[in-house]
Amino acid sequence: MHTKRRAYAIKTRVTMSAVPAPASALSADSAPAAPDPWTHLRRFTAARIALGRTGGSQRTETVLDFRLAHARARDAVHAVFNPGALAGQLAAAGLPSLTLATGVLDRTTYLLRPDLGRRLDPDSREKLASLAALADYIPPDLVIIISDGLAAQAAELHATSTVLPLVGALRAAAWRLAPIIVVPLARVKLQDEIGAALGARFSLMLLGERPGLGTPDSLGAYFTAAPRPDRTDADRNCVSNIRPEGLPPAQAAAKLAWLLLESARTGRSGVALKDDQPNPALPA
Amino acid sequence: MPRHPPHRQQSSPLGPRLRSRSYPRYRLQPNHPTDDPHGIAASTLDGLLYGCGDAVIGINPATDSVAAVETLLRLLDELIHRYEIPTQSCILAHVTTALQCMARGAPVDLVFQSVAGTETANKSFGISLALLGEARVAALALKRGTVGDNCMYFETGQGSCLSAGAHHGLDQQTCEARAYAVARAFKPLLVNTVVGFIGPEYLYDGKQIIRAGLEDHFCGKLLGLPMGVDVCYTNHAEADQDDMDTLLTLLGVAGCNFIMGIPGADDIMLGYQSTSFHDSHYLRQVLGLKPAPEFEAWLEKMRIATDGRRLMPVDARHALLANSTG
Repeated sequence: MHTKRRAYAIKTRVTMSAVPAPASALSADSAPAAPDPWTHLRRFTAARIALGRTGGSQRTETVLDFRLAHARARDAVHAVFNPGALAGQLAAAGLPSLTLATGVLDRTTYLLRPDLGRRLDPDSREKLASLAALADYIPPDLVIIISDGLAAQAAELHATSTVLPLVGALRAAAWRLAPIIVVPLARVKLQDEIGAALGARFSLMLLGERPGLGTPDSLGAYFTAAPRPDRTDADRNCVSNIRPEGLPPAQAAAKLAWLLLESARTGRSGVALKDDQPNPALPA
Repeated sequence: MPRHPPHRQQSSPLGPRLRSRSYPRYRLQPNHPTDDPHGIAASTLDGLLYGCGDAVIGINPATDSVAAVETLLRLLDELIHRYEIPTQSCILAHVTTALQCMARGAPVDLVFQSVAGTETANKSFGISLALLGEARVAALALKRGTVGDNCMYFETGQGSCLSAGAHHGLDQQTCEARAYAVARAFKPLLVNTVVGFIGPEYLYDGKQIIRAGLEDHFCGKLLGLPMGVDVCYTNHAEADQDDMDTLLTLLGVAGCNFIMGIPGADDIMLGYQSTSFHDSHYLRQVLGLKPAPEFEAWLEKMRIATDGRRLMPVDARHALLANSTG
């Protein structure tokens, strides 16, 4: 067995050496194994630029950095969400909440069955129905829903700091808000069922986005006007990359407040509503 | 007077060349999480200095703001003209945003739209065939290309119909092939299957992504489309960069039209991993492939690469870096 393997290895090596060296990648154009001479551009972006090269290929350091970042992103996806802790944060900020559940019990099922994450479980559906059936119930202008989605850290770290200024801005515009709904393992579309059950004018879902390398805590926000089950993604507006190093929570809240008020004013939402709020970060 | 940008003139007729077997081209994808023009310019220079961008320089914007999209269109237009790069630009915003940009006189080379294989799924994307036709007419009216009438860029991906609850019981691959028929009706310059982007709900692991990538490439060839593949995966899929190396190699061997070039294969806006600028050199060197001829000549002229695939040493005084310190 052992001998056979060695024979194969030798044969392979002989075959390789018989092939002319492809474009002699390591001779004339071989560069020092160092970053490229435009590392000064890195201050403009977190992208992996000026990595340097060996021949045309990535350096070992680059490959190892990438693998470490990928392992961390995988950990972020599989981190366990603590809805009780989030409800505690919201309560401390003076925001009442209600914790509900989808039909999903674990992360693997969540990944394999998006349909289950788009529906409340029967108990939760019953809870909302009885809330909306109260004699003194007044349908809200907005229901805010928070879920871990694909990044528990995002909801735990940035949801409260996004919701608090948003609630302030909307209350100043005399909007009536439902209790905040916390629901683990939800999909964006769940906002339609919850919004419809409460008779809300708008439904807003904040949930952890799929983690990128180096961004394990990015929160996404989706809203739809007149939520009901037949709403599609074309009816939604999205503000993404909410995190301190991306779109900071306070700015995200301001953008969402603008979009919601604009949607209420114009009667438009989804692709018909463009994010044309003047943005001081972009030169005209 | 209609404008005749040199980049479209030199590289036309674009459709037939993009279908050539001799090379995959590369879409340079310099995305930035907040569409910061400096950040996007930095990644664009990085890609050009690595010899990528002969298919298109295409940015996925973070927001659907007409003003922000117009800023990026002008940034790329100026860059392409200043350095006479034989390529074109595209900002991958919704088709309705492109229409508004064109109405404002923005330099739109290619109109982008994601398309799917059923009417219901396309409705969930906020589009109809009539809307795509309207956008194509508007783009042609700009007369930015001097030869050929390929001014559309479409993206697809298996699972998009199912994801929108709009598959009507059809399997993912059939829906995907139908999306190519939608694309073909509008004479696209580029069609791109973003194969692993949709996530494990639809393509669970590296093996499924590789299979779907080959299926999409095959169906694109059968339909005669200028079909490229975004060889990619998300962090919630059971896949890694080794799987992408495998699919990249298979597609190179199979004569894929174009693939993506992203700094370090890590898209910091969309939060997924694709193929890197370095990967283009792996494929070119191992398979003996070259960039598009006019782009190869430009790389030679700019002293970025010789023989189309050997990178030259670049120092801080390189023409592309001359204005980059500010």
